[in-house]
Amino acid sequence: MRVWSLPLLLLGIALAGLAASAVCAQQPVRIGLITTLSGPAGYLGADIRDGFLLAAEMEGGKLGGVPVQVLVEDDGFKPGQGKQIADKFLKSEKIKLFTGIVFSNIVGATVPDILDAGAIYVSPNAAPSNFSGKDCNKNYYVVSWQNDSLHESAGQNATNLGYKRAFILAPNYQAGKDALAGFKRYFKGEIVGELYTRLDQTDYAPEMAQIRAAKPDVVFQFHPGGLGISFMRQYQQAGLLGTIPMVVAAPSMDTTILKAIGDAAIGVNVSSQWNLDFDNEANKKFVAAWQKKFGPERLPTFYASQGYDTALAIGAGLKGVNGDLSNSDAFRTAMLKADFHSVRGAFKFGNNQHPIQDWYAMRVEKGADGKPFIKTIGKIMSNHGDAYAKECKL
Amino acid sequence: MTLALEQTLNGIQFGVMLFLLAAGLTLIFGVMRIINLAHGAFYMIGAYGAALVGERSGSFALAALAGLAAAALAGLIIEFVVIRRLYARDHVQQVLATFGVILLVNEGTTILFGRQPLYLPIPGILSGTVQIIPGVPYPAYRVAIIAAGLLVAIGLSLFINKTRIGMLVRAGSTHRDMVRALGVNIRLLYTLVFGLGALLAGLGGILAAPLLAVQVGMGEQILILTFVVVVVGGVGSIRGAFVGAMVVGVTDTLLRAFLPMVLHRVMTVSQADALGAGLSSMGIYLVMALVLLIRPQGLVRAPG
Repeated sequence: MRVWSLPLLLLGIALAGLAASAVCAQQPVRIGLITTLSGPAGYLGADIRDGFLLAAEMEGGKLGGVPVQVLVEDDGFKPGQGKQIADKFLKSEKIKLFTGIVFSNIVGATVPDILDAGAIYVSPNAAPSNFSGKDCNKNYYVVSWQNDSLHESAGQNATNLGYKRAFILAPNYQAGKDALAGFKRYFKGEIVGELYTRLDQTDYAPEMAQIRAAKPDVVFQFHPGGLGISFMRQYQQAGLLGTIPMVVAAPSMDTTILKAIGDAAIGVNVSSQWNLDFDNEANKKFVAAWQKKFGPERLPTFYASQGYDTALAIGAGLKGVNGDLSNSDAFRTAMLKADFHSVRGAFKFGNNQHPIQDWYAMRVEKGADGKPFIKTIGKIMSNHGDAYAKECKL
Repeated sequence: MTLALEQTLNGIQFGVMLFLLAAGLTLIFGVMRIINLAHGAFYMIGAYGAALVGERSGSFALAALAGLAAAALAGLIIEFVVIRRLYARDHVQQVLATFGVILLVNEGTTILFGRQPLYLPIPGILSGTVQIIPGVPYPAYRVAIIAAGLLVAIGLSLFINKTRIGMLVRAGSTHRDMVRALGVNIRLLYTLVFGLGALLAGLGGILAAPLLAVQVGMGEQILILTFVVVVVGGVGSIRGAFVGAMVVGVTDTLLRAFLPMVLHRVMTVSQADALGAGLSSMGIYLVMALVLLIRPQGLVRAPG
């Protein structure tokens, strides 16, 4: 009994090992998507997630021909929670590829842990200035834009439109500081007032009073998500929307904010790298697929377009290494080729692995159906990178 | 100069909002000796009731009624289920129980209505601006809030001082056992006071809904300041709640508005604004500390 049970046991173990390795070869690549799904900014994370998952769905559960499994978790707009989720994904789930974070303060708490563990992070939205310059990392990619450059486009837009005196506001966190720095870098006029609001602020009455007292030509504000809705509503209630023009970047006037504000937003100038009405093939395919899945009432925001583009970018990377993430340098070579068709048109990575792309001017106008929409007017900048690329040693 | 006037007006509007909450809280603590941490929950329920009905019906009046009904109903239910058992208990147990109510209400709201914030549009007639200060188009809706708050203050003051029930409330806040010994149904009185407090908080929520986003947790943000108002003004006194609310509201707004400007001269804008925000939120608590040092019973002594 004892003599021939041992070989049988060994045979059983060997068979199990073979079976396991056979299963391993078909294991999908697991991607950790940590994003903000709750609170007033929850729709930003929801759009990024839905854009990302839509791309995978359109390829039958694959990206770049490689089967993927996306694990989605909500950071609740709390940096500590984002960090905890990343730690869990790294240690228990052994995930090596991350994406999804909406806000720069959560990037600051979460991404260092991811990079220190040797895993890869591809950003669909937040790209604070510290990671685009001297703290750039070969495993950190950004598909959306570098924070400052999003607002540099607004600064250039305000200059092009001929405004001379600007009052600027943003919430007091990394992305807010990047926003005002970016605007000031490209706005050639005079800054008559600069204010930082609080990230949890809902009542902007004191700020409205100060804007009125400073009498600027134009107001630039960066308030994403629900903050933007509150700010715009109160700007309108204070009687300022009709009197002092506003120039903003895409986060302060996305399709959801526009829906909440309505006709009062007509005339606001917006700058962005993407708009619903771009007529390149990739965008038409994306918008059609989105509207088919989510219906005509829910329009994709630019966050959704970024989630979709990030999935395509990761797909190009995975295709290059055939789904094998063990060699992050090979993955990097494949990623940096940017071998995918972005819904925004031209796209390539800079030396700091942040995008080099075109920026467009838009304005909120009344559509043929009577409802306000964001119309693309012209191009502001071509092949624009960011101000920190030269500090990056990559 | 107009800037200072406009900021003062903002402060008064904020103070009126605080008054609506503080009046209810001070009555509940003054008369019933209950520390009601769940007071912010009524504020939120009022706002949610109004936002949900307002979205569907498009009428602000209907939304307001719905919000008031929701807050009053919630008040009665919570009083019957939870608060009744706390009259004889000590304050720590009251805090624990009402804290549990907050958690329950917040999670319940999230489960029922999700996490996205709701918005209530301002009624059409109030969506313009009024030039109270010449040259400053001030939002008409905020003026309406100030007017509503002042009306409530006058109404409450008349209620407390000139009606029979008001007399019982005043007596109950200072000589509870005597009132009971005189045969008054103290239980009914408590229920009434609690319901009134919930109603006032709900009204605050309804008025705030068009300005701020209606979301889970909105009650807690304003509750802390409400407690400060009650301490500064004096517990159990409506007049104290009004004075305290004005002091806190105006101080907080003026500090938030002008302290960063002062600091701009000595440091970078981002640092100045962060430090300014921190110092001005500290300012209220400094005021409270001062009041506790100089007049610990509050600025206005409770009637009695």
